[in-house]
Amino acid sequence: MSELPESLPVQAPHLNYLNSTYGIRSWLLTKDHKRIGLLYLATITIMFIFGGLAAFFMRLHLIEPQGALVEPETYNKLFTIHGVIMVFFFLVPSIPATLGNFCIPLMIGARDVAFPKLNLLSWYVFITGCSLALVAIFSGGIDTGWTFYTPYSSTYSHTAVVWMASGIFIAGFSSILTGLNFVVTIHKMRAPGLTWFRLPLFIWAMYATSIIFILGTPVIAITLFLLGLETLLHVGIFDPALGGDPLLFQHMFWFYSHPAVYIMILPGMGVVSELVTAFSRKKIFGYAFVAFSSMAIAVISFIVWGHHMFVTGQSVYAGLVFSVLSFLVAIPSAVKVFNWTATLYKGSISYEAPMLYALGFIGLFTIGGLTGLFLASLATDVHLNGTYFVVAHFHYVMVGGAVMAYLGGLHYWWPKITGRMYPDVWARIAATIIFLGFNLTFFPQFVLGYMGMPRRYAIYPAEFQVLNVLSSAGASILAVGYAIPLIYLIWSMRYGPIAPQNPWGAKGLEWENASSPPVTENFEVMPVVTEEAYNYQPHNYQGTEGAHGV
Amino acid sequence: MSDAATDHAHPPGFAHQFETIEQQREAGSLGMWVFLMTEILFFGGMFTAYTVYRALHFGSFEAGSHLLLWKFGMTNTAVLIVSSLTMALAIRSAQTGQKKGTTITWLILTMILGAAFIGIKLYFEWYNDWKEGLVPGLHWIASPEHTPGVEQFFCFYFFMTGLHAIHMVIGLGILTVLVIMTARNKFSPEYYAPLEISGLYWHFVDIVWIFLFPLLYLIGGRYQH
Amino acid sequence: MSDSHEHSVGHVVPISVYLAVFVALLAGTALTTGVAFIDLGPLNTPIALLIAFIKMTLVILFFMHVKYQPGLTRLAIICAFFWLGIMMTLTLSDELTRSWEMNPKPWSVLMPHIPHLARFFF
Repeated sequence: MSELPESLPVQAPHLNYLNSTYGIRSWLLTKDHKRIGLLYLATITIMFIFGGLAAFFMRLHLIEPQGALVEPETYNKLFTIHGVIMVFFFLVPSIPATLGNFCIPLMIGARDVAFPKLNLLSWYVFITGCSLALVAIFSGGIDTGWTFYTPYSSTYSHTAVVWMASGIFIAGFSSILTGLNFVVTIHKMRAPGLTWFRLPLFIWAMYATSIIFILGTPVIAITLFLLGLETLLHVGIFDPALGGDPLLFQHMFWFYSHPAVYIMILPGMGVVSELVTAFSRKKIFGYAFVAFSSMAIAVISFIVWGHHMFVTGQSVYAGLVFSVLSFLVAIPSAVKVFNWTATLYKGSISYEAPMLYALGFIGLFTIGGLTGLFLASLATDVHLNGTYFVVAHFHYVMVGGAVMAYLGGLHYWWPKITGRMYPDVWARIAATIIFLGFNLTFFPQFVLGYMGMPRRYAIYPAEFQVLNVLSSAGASILAVGYAIPLIYLIWSMRYGPIAPQNPWGAKGLEWENASSPPVTENFEVMPVVTEEAYNYQPHNYQGTEGAHGV
Repeated sequence: MSDAATDHAHPPGFAHQFETIEQQREAGSLGMWVFLMTEILFFGGMFTAYTVYRALHFGSFEAGSHLLLWKFGMTNTAVLIVSSLTMALAIRSAQTGQKKGTTITWLILTMILGAAFIGIKLYFEWYNDWKEGLVPGLHWIASPEHTPGVEQFFCFYFFMTGLHAIHMVIGLGILTVLVIMTARNKFSPEYYAPLEISGLYWHFVDIVWIFLFPLLYLIGGRYQH
Repeated sequence: MSDSHEHSVGHVVPISVYLAVFVALLAGTALTTGVAFIDLGPLNTPIALLIAFIKMTLVILFFMHVKYQPGLTRLAIICAFFWLGIMMTLTLSDELTRSWEMNPKPWSVLMPHIPHLARFFF
């Protein structure tokens, strides 16, 4: 039941967005959201490789208690660069700028986003930010941690802080433009009949993410702006020696950076909703709950930031407030996990690669999320903060969660994006390797953290070596796991079998009404929506092509 | 004669990702409002930091505020209010189909007022502060009367009014583009969206100053002097 | 001035409304400055802020045409200010309640700030 149709089309691809115009100018000056999504895909893949290399060197260094590879000052730069790149230049833009840009207009029945020229501008702004970050890295790097705490970053660290802060500042504008585009597109450009409660849940998730982009990103921008001014002018905004409050920096920094982690996970949750329904051929359990939970996560994400500051000098009363609110944010996340599980129950499940990633997400995100509760609780956080427990927690949600969802979505929509199928056997092998490598890398870190190994340290006590070596071994397996899709996905663009319009038999305008790959204007006939989302019929899972109101 | 785009093959300024000119207009307006939301949070971050330090270092902030020249602050507030009126009238003149010369006149008046704002600030205030050694980081002359909080106040004074001034300059650039577009007959009662949207930006910059004036110039009242 | 506004796609505001708002804004500015010269103790700041809020509301409703816009615009503006309020409130909840003591009595942490707060808020 899960095989591809026996006769794959073998004719040459029709005129579509990839072959309608040629040449470098047609890509660099495109206003097509689909091409812009691919431009972003290339850029963030490059940034991921840089961030991954930093992690690779870190894990190599940590196989010896006294450090195997670099000086401590260099190690500080490695973990900083890894964090900055992975957070600001990979995870934040990953699903929104690639899959979001590509899929949103298709999924809502629009020809493009509301502001295509702004969309292209956002990519140029993004690569400008990336370039400044790379200048910062190659001109000596920074060693402040990705959190840039003052006064070290402003007064005492004589590294390329201002370059990096400028890069992040500029990349932030790219996020703002993307979020702005998505909000207006979703409000104003839905197809006739596509009411809010008929939208695919990926769209709800992207809408919630865009709200965080809009309300949160400007605050990190002004914070880095003030940090830069303090660094350059030696004035006292955040430096206590000059009359400033270092905790004010932390408040302003985390006001964005906590919601930022929900920017990273919400789109992944949206992808998982799409994958779980498509590969169990069943409508989502509790649509309204899942939709509202995305909005609830976006809202609550803004009132919990102080849980990053429990042990840095925040008042105990503020700590109490933030602790209670942090427990609250777990609720909508749990709602999603319950609803996905209930969707799977009695579904007609198949285990193609996207589904493997989705299932992996559900398990690993749950573990990561639950361990967040230990950190939200004031007393246990005193013990666990600043240790590898925190590192393991956020890698479980960001890598076991967000990156797995990103890969799952990339594989799911790959036939739509490229018109080609990738080799499913290799895809399943890679997904499995990634899952195993990931757990071997990060589970030992929970134990290390609990036993007291601090994070961001270049050396550690000898009794922690076994777990560190296990973690580093896992990291090398994980690296192999990531390399495999890079190879076969690129291979498939030229040599992969040509994909049918709807290889998964999924519901959704992008599958039923647009060809694979779509024409430049997305639809030959603009769709009209007459049914709920995920309206899978029990014995008609394959659907019929172009079923909607034509 | 309908003002909807449906009976035009290509209504003026129509962008093809949209179905109707009405949808485009609504999207453009919503887009600018969403952008202004980001600006509220952007300036708001600075206002938050200001609020924290004003609460913690009130005496110093009051002392610093009293060193500012309130007459120029008040004049500039009036200048911007007039410029908001002229901007609103410029948009109205396009809405009501008046000659493009009228619209251009109102736009240029707005620009003159904006330039006057920046001129007053630069010459009568900032240059004066420079001469008196009240520019933190660049030219601060320490004085026994100035507690550390006074220098911090002047940081916020320059950062906030500086960020505001940058936005004004960008606004002048936008107005220049609008003047050119008007001169090229781009606008009519059916299509004046760029004017409307730019007006929103200009009024927002005015609103920021409406708050900056009392918060920077009038801390703790002026009855002491 | 010809008023052929039956062709305009948006709501045309009468010039009299613009002028009335303009006068109100200038009056508010004069009032703000004038009140600053009167010793009202802790009331000076709240009054100045209140006048500023009224001026802002007039600009938003009439110059920025929000009075004639659908509710989504109003929601967007309110959301932005509400979020700014969240940032300020929760940040101040830490900044104003710190204490060097181990187990401070709840209200004692706010006491040092009351004179300042009184100026600011009362």
